Amino acid sequence: MLAFIIRRLAQSVLVMLFVALIAFVVFRYVGDPIASMVGVETRLADQEIMRDRLGLNDPVVLQFLRFIGNALQGEFGISYRLQQPVTELILSRLPATLELAFASATIALVFGLMLGVFTALKPRGFATGLIMAISLIGVSLPTFLIGIGLIYIFAVELGWFPSFGRGDTVDLGGWRTGLLTESGLRSLVLPAITLSLFQLTLIMRLVRAEMLEVLRTEYIRFARARGLSQRAVHFGHALKNTLVPVLTITGLQLGSVIAFAIVTETVFQWPGVGSLFIVSVQVVDVPVMAAYLMFIALVFVLINLIVDILYYVVDPRLRVDGGGGGK
Amino acid sequence: MTQPVLSVRNLTVEFPTRHGLLTAVQDISFDIMPGEVLGVVGESGAGKSMTGAAIIGLIDPPGRIAKGEIWLGDRRIDNLPPAEMRKIRGRRIGMIFQDPLTSLNPLYRISRQLIETIRTHLPLSQSEARTRAIKLLDDVGIPDAARRIDDYPHQFSGGMRQRVVIALALCADPEVVIADEPTTALDVSVQAQIIDVMKEICARRGAAIMLVTHDMGVIAETADRVAVMYAGRLAELGPVAAVIKDARHPYSQGLMGAIPKLGENLDRLVHIPGAMPRLNAIPQGCAFNPRCPQVFEKCRTHRPAASEIEPGRRAACWLYPEVTEA
Repeated sequence: MLAFIIRRLAQSVLVMLFVALIAFVVFRYVGDPIASMVGVETRLADQEIMRDRLGLNDPVVLQFLRFIGNALQGEFGISYRLQQPVTELILSRLPATLELAFASATIALVFGLMLGVFTALKPRGFATGLIMAISLIGVSLPTFLIGIGLIYIFAVELGWFPSFGRGDTVDLGGWRTGLLTESGLRSLVLPAITLSLFQLTLIMRLVRAEMLEVLRTEYIRFARARGLSQRAVHFGHALKNTLVPVLTITGLQLGSVIAFAIVTETVFQWPGVGSLFIVSVQVVDVPVMAAYLMFIALVFVLINLIVDILYYVVDPRLRVDGGGGGK
Repeated sequence: MTQPVLSVRNLTVEFPTRHGLLTAVQDISFDIMPGEVLGVVGESGAGKSMTGAAIIGLIDPPGRIAKGEIWLGDRRIDNLPPAEMRKIRGRRIGMIFQDPLTSLNPLYRISRQLIETIRTHLPLSQSEARTRAIKLLDDVGIPDAARRIDDYPHQFSGGMRQRVVIALALCADPEVVIADEPTTALDVSVQAQIIDVMKEICARRGAAIMLVTHDMGVIAETADRVAVMYAGRLAELGPVAAVIKDARHPYSQGLMGAIPKLGENLDRLVHIPGAMPRLNAIPQGCAFNPRCPQVFEKCRTHRPAASEIEPGRRAACWLYPEVTEA
């Protein structure tokens, strides 16, 4: 188990180093950092002095190592646009994105699992046909369209929920949360649903397909032939086997929920990391872009690591070295 | 005479499909006596497994029992509501499947699977059920059962897994065990052991066995009586020794003739020319008539019922005057 985790950790470090290289290349070679920092009046000689002082004339390898060293200390430079440390900027926006992402991931998981299991257990029902047809829409409509549609119906026409922003927030030791105020929760509803819809239908279809597959297996037939109750067969034996492959996809999807919150955040003017990134791209705020890249990579790597470990916990067949006594 | 433990009367299983109604099992009747081993042989698709599935009430939809009755002792079980049938499955009828590698849930320790099944049927506590489970594993010949009970299925070999499957099927002392090709997926070297274990443990508990297989060797060694099936119908039924030595139905004669014998020098294996008809193209009259060496006019138009041709023996063939039309 420990060897397995260490191996996975080593792989994660490799991936992060590679992403760091890309981020560094973006940071260093997309436009001239000096040109973005100075005004038109700065003399060329002064620019050279700055270049020297910032170490931009050093060998590339040295610069890369310095970039990594800084990154490890959470140091990604100063935003060109806002003149604030990038890390501070991202951290101040992070709670909004994470709250949105976890709210929608929870919606997607809970409803995706329930609907997936339901449609698998009643494959010929009318409700199943209806759910499957609607889910097709969920998979094929682009997120921004769903967002705008929801805004039109529930914010403009019905006026139940706000159409943009995060509502009131409360500061909990540096973490600005919108989950504790009524307006914050109301503001979360539409963006969370928008962001979850695609994942929800995906998880649902995946769970359904896997469950149907599992229900056809011999060990489910054998469980029935032993007279186990319907509930024990479906939820004791079938569901757990269904979850093994679902786990991977769901984990990866959680990563993309955070990464692709960009679109939803833009539609709903959600003050998260995604909208910060969009604005930064528009004004070529390279340090923010590089840091965002690193951040998203870190999220994916971490989630993958957790999924791998969960796999290990769920499926005894992977625990090859834990054989023998079984305890 | 004692009452049969299981009695199948005129069982017909149908599958409605887009290409019309398929009859997988047609008009089959047989009894199994307490403690008896009834072998059921036939080619793939002859309806052997389907008969087993019908008895235990696990025909995959859209298949259904279209006609006939199944009696367990003096209780009719083919029309029971699902909840009632569940109490019979595992408790009074056990079932052993073909492939031990896929019969066990890979994610649970076998202790859990055994204890769960035992406690579904018997009013035992967790620890009593565990004791019973260890005893069962011991009975089916798993060495060091007390320790191995907490292993996962993948930690057992194929033969050992089939022993676990047998233990699971027998955990609530059923009166009948349906063994659906229990050794087909196993290594030849362990097949005999598994059959021995199964036969011995059932004999000790007085359980009857319906042994579905296409291996005549297994039937010859194990069964008391044998039922030969062809294209969903019963071709012949009788005591094993009699059927092997002196088969009455031309199909069973062909089957027995096809068994290679030791000491006989053959250039090629004997076989029955042709192939079993598909379920949607069963010929009129006797299903075997296109392949039968002794076919005559009546075989092509009238379907023979499996009728008693001498005490304890039935055959569905017009060669015998006692045979009636189905």
